[in-house]
Parts: sequence; structure tokens; C-alpha cells
Amino acid sequence: MAEEMRIVLRNYGKIAPLKIDDYLTQGGYKSLEKARAMNTADLIAEVKKSNLRGRGGAGFNCGMKWSFAAGAQADQKYVICNADEGEPGTYKDRLIMENDPHTLIEGMAICAYAIGATQGYIYLRGEYPFLISTLNTAINQAREKGLVKNFDIEVRSGAGAYVCGEETALIESIEGKRGEPRFKPPYPPSEGLWSKPTIVNNVETFANIPVIIEKGADWYASIGNPAYPGTKVFTLTGDVNNRTFFEVPTSTTIREIVFQFGGGIPGGKKFKAVQIGGTSGAFIPEALLDTPVAFDSMSAIGATLGSGATFVIDESRDVVDVATRIAGFFEHESCGKCAPCREGTARTAELMEKINEGRGSNKDIALLEKLGNVMSYSCLCGLGQAAPAPVLTTIKHFKADYEAKFM
Amino acid sequence: MVNLTIDGIKVSVPEGSTILQAASEVGIKIPTLCFHPDQSIKANCRVCVCEVEGNRLLQAACAMPVFEGMVVKTRTPKVLEARKTILELILSNHPQDCLNCIRNGNCELQDLAQEYCIRENPFEYKVRGFEKDFSTPSLFRDQDKCILCRRCVEVCSVVQSVNALGLEGRGYDSMVVPTLGKALIDSPCIMCGQCIHACPVGAIGEIEQIDEFLAAVANPDKVVITQIAPAVRVAIAEEVGMMTGEMPMGTFVQGLRQIGFDHVLHTNFTADLTILEEGNELLKRLKEGGTLPMFTSCSPGWINFCETFYPDLLDNLSTCKSPQQMFGALVKTYWAEKMGIDPANIYSVSIMPCVAKKFEAARPEMNDSGYQDVDLVLTTREIGRLFRMSGLDFSRLPASDFDSWMGKYTGAAVIFGASGGVMEAALRTVYEVVTGKTLEDVNFVATRGITGIKEADVDLDGTVVKVAIANGLANARKLMEQVRAGESPYHFIEIMACPGGCIGGGGQPITKANVKRVERIEAIYAEDAGLPLRKSHDNPEVKTLYEEFLHEPLGHKSHELLHTHYHPKNKKFL
Ligand SMILES: Cc1cc2nc3c(=O)[nH]c(=O)nc-3n(C[C@H](O)[C@H](O)[C@H](O)COP(=O)(O)O)c2cc1C
Ligand code: SF4
Ligand code: SF4
Ligand code: SF4
Ligand code: SF4
Ligand code: FES
Repeated sequence: MAEEMRIVLRNYGKIAPLKIDDYLTQGGYKSLEKARAMNTADLIAEVKKSNLRGRGGAGFNCGMKWSFAAGAQADQKYVICNADEGEPGTYKDRLIMENDPHTLIEGMAICAYAIGATQGYIYLRGEYPFLISTLNTAINQAREKGLVKNFDIEVRSGAGAYVCGEETALIESIEGKRGEPRFKPPYPPSEGLWSKPTIVNNVETFANIPVIIEKGADWYASIGNPAYPGTKVFTLTGDVNNRTFFEVPTSTTIREIVFQFGGGIPGGKKFKAVQIGGTSGAFIPEALLDTPVAFDSMSAIGATLGSGATFVIDESRDVVDVATRIAGFFEHESCGKCAPCREGTARTAELMEKINEGRGSNKDIALLEKLGNVMSYSCLCGLGQAAPAPVLTTIKHFKADYEAKFM
Repeated sequence: MVNLTIDGIKVSVPEGSTILQAASEVGIKIPTLCFHPDQSIKANCRVCVCEVEGNRLLQAACAMPVFEGMVVKTRTPKVLEARKTILELILSNHPQDCLNCIRNGNCELQDLAQEYCIRENPFEYKVRGFEKDFSTPSLFRDQDKCILCRRCVEVCSVVQSVNALGLEGRGYDSMVVPTLGKALIDSPCIMCGQCIHACPVGAIGEIEQIDEFLAAVANPDKVVITQIAPAVRVAIAEEVGMMTGEMPMGTFVQGLRQIGFDHVLHTNFTADLTILEEGNELLKRLKEGGTLPMFTSCSPGWINFCETFYPDLLDNLSTCKSPQQMFGALVKTYWAEKMGIDPANIYSVSIMPCVAKKFEAARPEMNDSGYQDVDLVLTTREIGRLFRMSGLDFSRLPASDFDSWMGKYTGAAVIFGASGGVMEAALRTVYEVVTGKTLEDVNFVATRGITGIKEADVDLDGTVVKVAIANGLANARKLMEQVRAGESPYHFIEIMACPGGCIGGGGQPITKANVKRVERIEAIYAEDAGLPLRKSHDNPEVKTLYEEFLHEPLGHKSHELLHTHYHPKNKKFL
């Protein structure tokens, strides 16, 4: 039986978030001190060895990313925390920032030391204005106590667009431009904000860092799934009894998330599907529920872990209708820069509406599949690449529901 | 060097090359739409996608750098399906208007639709239905045809520093729009037409006035005359399937007579005249402590730019009208008198490499002859269309010469067509006027070429004149900022709004790459080198003009007909 394990939420409920002394009593900023006593190469090697992978969705090895920025020659480097958290149903980053802001600051400061940056930014979701003062207060406390030394952090409020969570769009947005993704390469660790080497990590990624430094890479690497070790915070929504959050090792299966932690489906109804990773996540049917939530095992079933947002639907729901709404979401959120996403999300939405309203046919399904596949490997950024997943996976697993719509 | 394999063919290219560059090395053509050889990488149309071994995602060839051992496949079924689907998506909201389109036969999208056998589009056909923008006298915009490649936005902001075009809306509602206003005329647009060249499709084009021309030809009361700008001849060849510079002048003149012009004259005549007026103006300013540096004033896009962005520097502009407008004023006075033609019956058409000239000709102040000095401006492209419409076979046309009076010119006038040419022409004359000596070598090579900013020191027998030349308005802006800051070291500055000068003008045959501009520049200097007379003051007809009519440069008549003053454009954004 899977159990909760709190690493990034270790101080949740145990400390007063804005009492820095509480954080210090829990061993706070000891890891920063320890990191600063190491040489940066060893520090980065340690993070690499922990095999911590990004929690923002792309699952890139964190230490590896840092090593690129550390190796880049530049007069200025930046550390950016991606706190855009634009994924509907996700609030794990908010939980961390609200309840333990210092853990984020400490993680960022360790990164800054590792790569040689003096300026940091927290790109905060526009809908979280109440967190601005929390973060600024915490930053000031750390500064006043001389804990972060020459590293300064500025909080920037997001532009409210979903795509601004994509790291290069986020960077453009900080630079005051239209929030649109850039072509990569160059990747931010070599050319990011103002063309300087830049690390962009998710809040949850940074929150893992102090613990890894404290307890060691080996300890961390042994938790959960070896290829994607550690824990992951899940936020449950939809037709589950416990619409809540919890942090579990990455070896936990989807079934455990839904039925054990989520407490199963309310009202004695049957499970229909679960969408993990946010709006662009795949819909996963009953048959695949024993998959561990780790990044690669999810990829293997054509799904993603993403932000860990988990949306459950029961048998009474209309998956085609759900997928149609999602298609509308992406039509609205496409930034419009690249042709296949700009036109493709709109056409997907149009075809889905047609089917959902009973005007569709098998020809439309075939077209949706072709379009979805092309988008998934032709679009410029992750938004357009992932947008077709809900449509493609519902067609794949619930074809009968689509056909039932035909008149 | 980096070694890679493309479609099984091994290729070595310099580090930092893209797949597209590497593929072209081995003759593999990859389709593109947003790619522009002289612009930054956009990677937004995605029609250039290819497979890169080991990568699930297709990669944009125009953007993806090569790496050692890379294996690229450019024509797998997956690639072809992706490209075709993307084209279908783009075409699904694109007007199916090729037959009526200004870019029919010369459109990057049309070419791809053809190459990829687009037949029945599976996506629903949904045109957005925007109103076309015909607000300027120079160019129109057809928003429905825009494929959002952003090439126009870049040329307008980066090359011209005008920023008249920007992006509005997101996703499916994204649009390229005039900044600071609904219509282009309300934006800072200076009507250079460079966005026309940048556009892969028919979303921007010149205001076409072929019908006005045909109506004038059909009117028996009208004497239809034309003047040809220096940059036109080298490029007109491209419009009729010949190599740049290959159409002999005599053939061109014959062609113009065939399409209905009663008299064929040459703007080069007034280019030479401009040199005498402007050269003397410069000398006067130097001698009498007038406003310096003096700026050339023959590029109407540049005049618009100066009026819009540097109204405080209008006194630096030479008061000379552009050669087109000098010509216009003289044709309905001097020439009409000489020919015994009632100026009221003259229909004066100029053939220009430029769309800003359409605006210039329509300026209300350009009526010193007592009539609107120039009635119609046709671009090189429009003349190309008239030639094709008339079914002319240029390989067999007998040569014809210009009419006498206002048809003679020197090499100095010819080089007006290239950036640096006005400067060089002026220096050829100014040198001889100041020193009284014969210029042994007329070639001022430092002034030539497509480089954005060029400068030279010219020794006029002890007095050194410092000159600078800029083409492209972002380059001009740099020189203007110096002047504004009082830090300009120059006496005389030549500005051409368009990259490379008039040979790259907004009315020239569609020119995607600067290499084409360079070819035209070479053709211009070749023509100059082949002419017997290469200094403006040696033009015999210009001499006669002064003897019979103007009497002296900067004289009373000149001021009346050949000089003007420009005024600040009080645009609300400034
Ligand atoms: C459309 C889109 C939205 C994204 N939104 C977020 C987000 O809200 N938060 C986040 O941390 N990463 C988001 N990402 C992922 C980031 O681009 C980037 O991979 C991540 O911030 C890197 O941090 P990590 O390595 O710590 O995961 C998004 C990606 C895409 C394509
Ligand atoms: S995939 Fe969509 S969101 Fe991403 S760049 Fe293209 S249009 Fe913008
Ligand atoms: S822009 Fe090109 S594809 Fe579109 S109507 Fe014109 S010629 Fe045809
Ligand atoms: S004509 Fe010139 S100034 Fe006007 S929009 Fe086009 S490029 Fe910009
Ligand atoms: S108007 Fe032409 S150049 Fe500009 S974005 Fe549209 S298609 Fe591209
Ligand atoms: S040409 Fe490569 S993406 Fe447009």
C-alpha cells in the first residue's frame, strides 16, 4: 500500500510561512550554507546524481541543466522560477509558495550559487496576486538576515496567458515582449533572459533542492521510481471523493492515486477515465491504471505526468463533450505564432464541435487523428504539440462514445 | 566543418549552418514560407519540417542547426503528410483568389500549393473577410491573404526602423496590423514598399494603376509622355524573363512606344539636372555657412521618414525636388513650350522603381507647372505587366531612341539608381566646379555597394568634404541621431530609403534576397562605365536647358520649378 511522503511539502502546516525563524528551526538555509561550502562543480554533480528531474512537465535532469548554465561564459546569468502554474486544476506550486516560501528561495539561491547568477526572478501566475507580498516578505527576510548574500530575487506577475508557462515565452514576457515561445536551440541555459545563460525551473523542482543537499543525492535517488526519483505532488479534481492534494513517491500507480488517495468515485458510480498532467494530458482508461506515475512509464502509455494535475471522470460523463471543451481551451490559448497550432487548434475545436453536436462522421474522426498527429510533431512549442492529446486519446480509448454521437 | 547525411547524401557544412543551408548545398530543396534569406529565423510556418533521426518531433529545417553525425530525412511519408496538412490548414482560411491576385504566378504559397498537389482541402473553407486597406496612395493590404509569416513586420521594424506594422490578437485571431491606427495611412508608414518584397504572398501590394494608364492612352486628346527612372532598366528585364540588366535601353524604349506612349523621355535628364542644382546648393551652404550636413532629397520614402521622425532636421534637406518632380515640372513648362504642346493635354507618366513615388506625385504642393506636375506613377512591376499584356517579344523588337529634349543623360544620372550614386554623381560635378580641374578618375568606389552606411573624405584641392551614405532607414536613423545630437562629422549625407538604393525600391520586380539587389547594382555601374559622358554637367541638353530657360543653377526659375520645402508630418503618435 502506497504511502504519502513529504519532501517539498515537508514544512506544510508545521511552520508559520512568514516566520523565517520557524523555517530556520526546521533546518532552513542550512543547505544553502552547506552548498556554498562545496565547490560548484561538486554541487552540480550532486544534484545531477540525485537524478532530480524537472517537475514543470518536461522532466529534464535538473543538475544537467544547471551544468550547461554553469559552463556558459557570461557577465550575467539568471535564475528564474517558473511559478506560472497556468494549468487548470493545478495548485501545487501555490501550496509550496503559500506555506513554505523560504524553501523556494533557498532552492533558487543554491542554484544561483551553482551557476554563478546574482539575479533571480519568480514569474508568478497572474491569478496569484495575493502571493506577491508573501514572496516579497520572505525575500526581504532572507536578505535582511544576510542569508542570500549577493543573490537578489524579483517577483514578476504573469500576463495571464497559459503559454507564458513555457519557459521561452516566459522569458519573452519578462523582457516585455509578446508572450510567445522562441525557437530552441538556443536553450535558455546558454541563451535565455536578455540572451544570457538562464535557468528556468519549476517551483516544485526548486523546493526539492534543499532536501537533496541536506540528505544527499543517494538518499533522493533511492526514493520512488529510479528513472524519475523522488516524490510528486498531485492535485485531484473531478469525480473523486477526496478532491485534495498529496505528495507521493513516483513509484505510486495511477490506480493508487485515484482509488487509495482519491478515495475512489463518489455515489457508487464506475470509473471512466483519468486525465493526468493538466489540460493537455492524455485520458487514461481503466486498463492502464496500474502504470506508475513516473515520467517515462507515463510516456510509455502515451500519457504525461505534467504538473501532476489529476482529473477523474466517472461513467456518467460525456468524454466527447469533455474533449470538445478542452479543444476550445486550446483554440483560445494558442499564441498564434506557428501555423499548425494557430490553425490546427481552431480546426480541432471546429471538428470536435461538429461531432459533439451530432453532425460528425468517421471521416471527421480520421481527419482529427491526422491533424492531431501532425500537430504533435510539427508545432513549434509544447502547447501545440500536446494540445491534441486529449482528443487523440479519447478517440483511441473511447471510440464508441464518438460513434454514438453520429446521427 | 560539421558532417551530416541528408536523404542518404553526405554533406559537410560550416558549424552553425541550418538543415536548410546544408540541404541546399547538395541540391535538396526544402519548402519554406516564413524563411527569408536576409532576416532572422522565425520558424513559425513549419512547412520546412524534416525528420531528424532519434527525434520524435519533426524539426524546422530553416531553424535547426546541424550537428556532427546528424541524419536528416526530408521526404519521408511522415514529413510529406505534415507539410501537406500544414499547407491545407493555411489554405483553409486563405482566399481562393489566385486568378485575381496581384501575386498570381509569383507567390510562394501558390507555388507550394502546386508542388504539394493541394486539391480538395479537407478542412472547411473559411475566409476571415477583412476589409482591404487602400488607405495609402502607394500600397494596399489584404489581410485575408496574410499567412502571418511576419516578414513584413521585421523589414518594417528592423530594416526600416519605422515600426508601422505590428501584431495584434492571439491564436486564431492573430493579425498583422498597422500600428497606432486602423488604417495604414494612420500609422507611421513611410510608403517605401519594402514590406511588399518581404511578403511571400499577395497580402501587400502596390496600388496598381494600369487602368488609368490605358484610359489615358485611349483618350485621343491626351499626349501621353513618360520618364523612366534610372533603376528601372536594369530590373525590367527580370519582368520579361531576361537576366538582370539584359534589356538594352533601345529595346526598352521601343517597348514603351509599343504600349502607347507618345513620347519617351528620361528621368536621367533631371537626375543630371538635380546634380547641378544640388551640387551648387551644397557649395553655397559650405560657403555661406548654411545648414549642414545637407541631406539628399530624391528618395520620397526618405522624405516621408524625415518629415515623420526628424521634423527638426528638415532644414538639412536639400531643397531640390526629386528628379521625378523636377521632370514633372519641366515637362509641362519647358518641354511643352519647346514642343508646342498645350500642357493641359499632357498626361505625364513616370516609370519608377518605387511606390513612395506614387505618394510623392500626388503631394498637393507638386503643381508648380500650373498643373499636377506628374499625373501617374507606374512601377517597374506594372510596366512588366503591360509588356506581358501586350505580348511583346523583346528578343525581336527593333531598338528605338529617346525623344530629343529631356532624353539625354550621362553615367552620373544612371548611378542614381544605386545607393551612393547620387553622392558619386555630385562629387564628379562638385570636384570640377570647385577645383576647375578635370577629374581624371570619375569612380568614387568608396560610395558604392549595398553596405548600410558608407563614408568617404573627398579632397577638393585642399578642402576636405566629409560625406556619408545610408541605405535602409534603420541605417539612416543612425546618421540622423548623430546629426540631432550635434555630433555628425559630415557635410553631405545621401539617404535612400530602400536597401541597395532605388534598384531595391518597393516597385521593383519582387526581390526576396539582397543578392538580387547586388546584381542590379552591378548592372547599374556597368551601364555607367559604358557611357561616353559620365558627368552631369557635360549633359548637352542640360546645358541647353540652362541657356534657354533656367539661366543658372539656383536661379529664379529653378526656385520656382525645381525646389520645394517639406513640412513636419504631425502624426499623433509623436
Ligand atoms: C504550454 C506550456 C505551458 C507550461 N507551463 C508551465 C508552468 O505553468 N509551470 C512550469 O513550471 N512549467 C511549465 N511548462 C514547462 C516549462 O516550459 C519548462 O519546461 C519548465 O519550467 C522547466 O522547469 P523544470 O525543469 O523544473 O520542470 C510549460 C510548458 C509548456 C509547453
Ligand atoms: S505551438 Fe501554439 S502556443 Fe506554441 S508557438 Fe505554436 S502557436 Fe504558439
Ligand atoms: S496570395 Fe498567392 S495563393 Fe493567395 S490568392 Fe494570391 S496568388 Fe493565390
Ligand atoms: S511601406 Fe515601408 S514603412 Fe510602410 S509598412 Fe511597408 S515597410 Fe513599413
Ligand atoms: S502581410 Fe505578408 S509578410 Fe506580412 S505577415 Fe502577412 S504574409 Fe507575412
Ligand atoms: S520556413 Fe521553416 S518554419 Fe517557416
